[in-house]
Amino acid sequence: MSALGKLFRTTAFKLTLAYLVVFALFAAFLLGYFALNTRRLFTEQATQAVDIEIAGLSDQFNSAGIRRLTQVVDARSRRPGSNLYLVTTPNGDGLAGNVGSLPTGVLEKPGLTETIYRRIEEGETAELHRALVRVAQLPSGFKLLVGRDLDERDRLYDVVLDAGKWSTAAVIVLGLIGGFFVARRVLRRVDAMTETTRTIMGGDLSGRIPVAGSGDELDRLAHNLNEMLDRIEALMRGLKEVSDNIAHDLKTPLTRLRNRAEEALRISGSEAEYRAALETTIEESDSLIKTFNALLMIARAESGHARGNMIDFDAAEAARDIGELYEPLADEQGLSLDVEAPAAVPLHGNRELISQALANLVDNAIKYAAPAAKANGEPSAVTVTAGTEGDNVLLSVADRGPGIPEADRARAVERFVRLEKSRSIPGSGLGLSLAAAVARLHGGELRLEDNAPGLRAVLVLPRLLPLPQPAISSAPAEPAEAAMPQSGTAPA
Amino acid sequence: MSDHVVHSDTMRILIIEDDRDAADYIVRAFRETGHVADHAADGEEGLAMALDGDYDVLIVDRMLPKRDGLSVIGELRAKKVETPVLILSALGQVDDRVKGLRAGGDDYLPKPYSFSELLARVEVLARRRGGRNEETVYRVGDLELDRLSHRVMRGTEEVVLQPREFRLLEYLMKHAGQVVTRTMLLENVWDYHFDPQTNVIDVHISRLRSKIDKGFAQPLLHTVRGAGYMIRDNIR
Repeated sequence: MSALGKLFRTTAFKLTLAYLVVFALFAAFLLGYFALNTRRLFTEQATQAVDIEIAGLSDQFNSAGIRRLTQVVDARSRRPGSNLYLVTTPNGDGLAGNVGSLPTGVLEKPGLTETIYRRIEEGETAELHRALVRVAQLPSGFKLLVGRDLDERDRLYDVVLDAGKWSTAAVIVLGLIGGFFVARRVLRRVDAMTETTRTIMGGDLSGRIPVAGSGDELDRLAHNLNEMLDRIEALMRGLKEVSDNIAHDLKTPLTRLRNRAEEALRISGSEAEYRAALETTIEESDSLIKTFNALLMIARAESGHARGNMIDFDAAEAARDIGELYEPLADEQGLSLDVEAPAAVPLHGNRELISQALANLVDNAIKYAAPAAKANGEPSAVTVTAGTEGDNVLLSVADRGPGIPEADRARAVERFVRLEKSRSIPGSGLGLSLAAAVARLHGGELRLEDNAPGLRAVLVLPRLLPLPQPAISSAPAEPAEAAMPQSGTAPA
Repeated sequence: MSDHVVHSDTMRILIIEDDRDAADYIVRAFRETGHVADHAADGEEGLAMALDGDYDVLIVDRMLPKRDGLSVIGELRAKKVETPVLILSALGQVDDRVKGLRAGGDDYLPKPYSFSELLARVEVLARRRGGRNEETVYRVGDLELDRLSHRVMRGTEEVVLQPREFRLLEYLMKHAGQVVTRTMLLENVWDYHFDPQTNVIDVHISRLRSKIDKGFAQPLLHTVRGAGYMIRDNIR
C-alpha cells in the first residue's frame, strides 16, 4: 500500500491525473456540444419540412377544396418513409392521413409540438414514436396536421452520447494506466538516485547514480549529478592531501624550532650564544610566517578575491622588472638571467599577483639551475620571455636545471608538493602552486614543459579576462575550478 | 636591541589596538627604545586620544571594537588631523592595503610583523613631516646624490649606477640615519608588496655597497642585524 501510495504521490502521476481531468472535461464538452448541435440542426430541418408541407397543402385546400386535400394527403401518406399527415373535420374526426393515434389535445395546440404517436397501420400494442408536428387551422374548421418523425434524430443523439461516454471512459482508464506506468518508471529511477545519495551521505563518496542511457532529462540530471560527485570527490581528496601536506610540512619546521629553543635552554651558554639561538628562532618563525602568507595568498587567488584589482598593464614590462629584480641573485649564483620581451604585451590582470607568480618561477629556476651550473662549471642561463600566442599572453621562465619528469609535472603544482629530488633545496613548496593559482584566477593555466634539458614554466593568460558572469550558473563554477589545484594543470 | 641605534629625538606614539597582549608588547618595546607610547583599546577611545594628544605617529589596528580602524582614520582626516597613520591588519593582502591607504592611512603593515619592521616604518613616518623631500641633493659623509642630474659622487669620484640602484640609494639616503627594512625597500624602490622567497634585496644591496663603499676606508651603507639597512656617516 505504501508503495502504491508513494506512486500516487509522484509528480508524474499527479500530472497525469491533472491532465486527464482536463482532457476528459474537454472531450465531454466537445462531444456534448456536437450532440446538442446535431439535435438542433435536425429539429430545424424537420420544422422547415413541416412548414413547407403545410404551406403546400394549405394552398391545395384553398384552391381545390377539402376533397382535393384529402386525396393529396392520402397519396402522400402511402409513400414509404413518409411524413405524418392527418386531416380532420372541425369535430376532430379523421378524414385522411397516416396517424393512428395521438395524445388528446395535440390538435388544439397551435404552433410546433413534440408529441408521441402511432401510425395508422400499427396495432394498439406497437411502440410509440416521437414526432414534431404542426397543426394548421384551415378555413371552415378543418384541421391539417403535418409532422415529422424524430426517431432518427434521437437515435443519432444517443449514438453520439454513447460514443462520448465510452471514449471518455477509455481516455480515463488508459490515462490512469499510462500515468501509473510513467510514474512507476520515474519513481524507480528516482529511487535509484535516492539510494545512491544515501550511500554517499553515509560516507561512501564513490557511489554514482545509474544512467539509463536514454538521454532524457533524468539521464542528463544523473549525468550532471555524477559529474558533480566526481568533482566533490576530487576536491575532497585534494583537500585531504593538502591538509596532510600542511600538517607534515609545517610540523617539520615547528619541531626544529622547538628543538632549537630547547637545546639553547639546556646548554647554558654565553649571552652571545643565547642571542644567536634566539635569532635563528626568529628566522625560522619568519620563514613559517612566509609559508602561511603564501598559503593565504593562494587561498585568496583561488577564491577569486583578487579580481577587484585588475588593471591594464604591459606584461613585458612586468617581466623586465622581475628580471631586473632577480638578475643580481642569478649572477651571484653563477647564472645569467636574460629577459626576452621585445614588444609591449598588453594584459588585463592583477599586476602584483602576476609579478609574484613570475618571481616565484624565476626564484625556482635559479634555485634548481644553480647547482647544475656549479657542477658543470658551465655558464647557464635562465630566460624570461613575454609574448603572445593567439589570444593568450605567454610569460615563460626557462632554465637549464634538472627539469621535472613528465609524470611528475601535474603533481608539481600541487600545494606543498616537493618532488623527492628537491627535498634538499629550501623553500615552502608553494611557489609553483601559487603561480598556478594566479594563472587560474586570470582564467589561464600554468604549463610545465620540457626545456630539453631543464624546465620551462609558462603562464598562459588570456589577454582578455573572461568576465565573471554573476547571473549565469557558470559563475560559481569558476571558483570551484580554481579551488582544485590538481585538476587545473594537465601534463603538457 | 644593542645593534639598534637609539635616536635622540623621542617620538610620541599612540597605539589603537584591542588585542591586549599585542598592544602591551608594542608599548613596552617602544618605551624600551626610548619613545613615549600610549594605548587605546577601542576605536572611540583611540579617536578621542588622537584628537587631544599631540602624537607623532598613530598605529591603528583595522578591526576594533566600537569603531573600526578605517573609520577612525577617516574621522581624523575629516577633522584635518594629519598625524601619520600606520595601519596594522591581519588581512595582509594587496586590495586591503589599497583600501587602507585610500582611507587616509600612510603605511600598512600586515600581521604578524616583527617589531624591528614596525619601528623602522614608524620612524620613517614620524620624520616624514620634516622630511627631505624638497632637498635636491642628499649628502651623507662624502657621498653626494643629486636628484636632478641623477649624478652620484663619492668624494671626488663619480659613481655610475643603474637606474634602479640610483633609486635604491636615493631611498636609503632620504632616510639616512634610519633603519630601512627589506620590505620597505621592496615596496618603495620596486613597488612590490609580496615576499620574494629568496632575499633578493640583500644581493642588490651588496652590489650597491661594492659601488659606493668599496675602496673607501669609511663604509656608509650598514647592515642592521635582524632589521635591515641604514646609510649613515659614522662620524656624525
